[in-house]
Amino acid sequence: MKRANKPLRLAVGVAIFAVLATGCNVEREWIASRDPSEAEAQEEMQEQAAYFDIEGSPELDRAAREYQDYVDGQSELLVDRTRGFVAAVEAGDVERAKELYAPSRVPWERIEPIAEKFGTLDPEVDAREGDVPIQQWTGFHRIEQALWVEDTTEGQDEYAAELMSDVRRLERKVDNVKLQASDPVFGAVELLNEVSATKITGEEERYSHTDLYDIAANVEGAEVAFEFVKPVVKRQNPELVTEIEARFADLDRELEPYRRGDGWVSYEKVDEEQRRELSQKIDALAEPLSRVGRVLSGGS
Amino acid sequence: MALGTGGALSAKELAEADQTVEFYGEHQAGIATPQQDRLHFASLDLTVTKAEEVRDLMRAWTEAAARMCAGQPVGGEDDAFVPPDDTGEAQDLTAGHLTITFGFGPTLFEKDGEDRFGFASREPAVLQPIPDLPGDNLDPDLSGGDLCVQACADDPQIAFHAVRNLARIGRGAAIIRWSQLGFGRTSSTSSAQKTPRNLMGFKDGTNNIHAEDEEAMDRYVWVREGPDWMRGGTYLVARRIRMLIEIWDRSPLLEQEQTIGRHRASGAPLGKEDEFDGVDLKAKGPDGLPLIPADSHVRLARKNPNERMLRRGYSFTDGMDSKTGQLDAGLFFISFQRDPGKQFVPLQRRLGQNDRLTEYIQHTSSAVFACPPGVRRGGYVGEQLLS
Repeated sequence: MKRANKPLRLAVGVAIFAVLATGCNVEREWIASRDPSEAEAQEEMQEQAAYFDIEGSPELDRAAREYQDYVDGQSELLVDRTRGFVAAVEAGDVERAKELYAPSRVPWERIEPIAEKFGTLDPEVDAREGDVPIQQWTGFHRIEQALWVEDTTEGQDEYAAELMSDVRRLERKVDNVKLQASDPVFGAVELLNEVSATKITGEEERYSHTDLYDIAANVEGAEVAFEFVKPVVKRQNPELVTEIEARFADLDRELEPYRRGDGWVSYEKVDEEQRRELSQKIDALAEPLSRVGRVLSGGS
Repeated sequence: MALGTGGALSAKELAEADQTVEFYGEHQAGIATPQQDRLHFASLDLTVTKAEEVRDLMRAWTEAAARMCAGQPVGGEDDAFVPPDDTGEAQDLTAGHLTITFGFGPTLFEKDGEDRFGFASREPAVLQPIPDLPGDNLDPDLSGGDLCVQACADDPQIAFHAVRNLARIGRGAAIIRWSQLGFGRTSSTSSAQKTPRNLMGFKDGTNNIHAEDEEAMDRYVWVREGPDWMRGGTYLVARRIRMLIEIWDRSPLLEQEQTIGRHRASGAPLGKEDEFDGVDLKAKGPDGLPLIPADSHVRLARKNPNERMLRRGYSFTDGMDSKTGQLDAGLFFISFQRDPGKQFVPLQRRLGQNDRLTEYIQHTSSAVFACPPGVRRGGYVGEQLLS
């Protein structure tokens, strides 16, 4: 999840450029509403959507729809995989739960910026120790700690059930929100920002060291998002597309050696210098990717 | 502002009014131009593999540098949907006499025995990595680099802004290998400037070459031989010299002055009154020993007049050394010369072996760069090499 102390999200309106603190103080909001009513959630979503309401071209509208389908699909996959993970936790099968932990998170990581639209959902599912008061700490990382630090599923049933209900809630919310072209455009950069801010350092998966699953999923989500808007960018600025594609390829090459079967090596195996190289490749990609936004204003 | 006498402003007056230093010219700015008080120096490594990509980078950098030195933001119009081209922190500030100086390191030409971009044959013979020198305690991660950017200004934010924006433009083509902030100049490069003091409390650079001394500049600084693309350029040597501040601070004044060879208060050579009084190496004290000790910095530094160079260093601090709890501070030494192998290297070899000052300092990083000549409007730095 996002760092609690960096809550600002950029939001863009048709004519205004507003910086607003959505879901700003995670902690405060969390305390105020562990489980906001559907009406509140709806209101929040609409407010959120309004800031991203951009007068689109048919092409951009199509990009938004395609991205919506992708996000829907990933949220379903998240529910599916989490079900298996939760079942293992509830069955007390530590080894199985460890195996399923990182793959369950992959769909989440691919669409993380969308999950962050829904206020409290993000901390509920993805808060790390210290992000929220300990008595309110739930979600993947709570169970991660039990599995890897204490090597047990004991006492985790409640968190597992809550996690299941939270990812289902995400699936419902995603169904009800209308995504804009700005979602894939900004989402792609936000996904890479996630990597730069907390993943590259190994903070995200500090017990399981499965950070590379998250990193690869963030990058994958960014690439998919970019693919949807690419036709518009290509028409306006083909050089930018060439540059971005080359940098994606570069980054994929950098990640490739860490692949093991369907998964990734432990992040402990990635030394400081390798982490830095990875970080610099992310920066090299995110910079031109941040210029894709020009398609939204019709510039080139 | 009271400028001129009512008529049109001269170019010089205009430059003073908007606090700019001309970016274009025969030589790159930031060498012979009066030294500013703040530095941000960055050494970068290229991540691209083709010569034309290096060319594109130098072209983009030159364009951005020229704009920043003229006090203008980089890039074009703002667009609400993309990040602004210029990062903005220098907006509302003046140009602050910003100068940006670029250099090419030996590894640009050849790295691990490989002619990376196809111009190894054009590498100047004198552009050699600085060899290991006595007393070195170098951190390889803080040494060397394919390219350098020296940004100097009156305001640290302006210097930082310059490096930050160049690094951003270079993202995907070059990565910062190391960088150094300097907070106060330790040399005067113009006879109009007073000699500043370094962190040892002594005046530094009294005997420096002044840019007004064109004969000395031509003789010691500007390159007149070697490949065409370097004529009118110069070689930059950078050394991060950590001062062992705590040890220095508990040394008696007499020891400090004997180490340097000058009086601390006046900057005069030992036995003299005025800073600019000649250094008399033959003078003896009542005890029959040389007034300026055999192992003093001043004596050793002027053994060979052919080793003169233009120094343009800065005091720095990087906070504290977490291992010892001591201040991590010193002199970020920068010198410009025609041939580092004949000027900086022999001088530092002698100093490193004999200089009493080595008890109080440690060289912790080292780099050398070829700074091509200046650039005309429409051109770019290094054009003669890269085109």
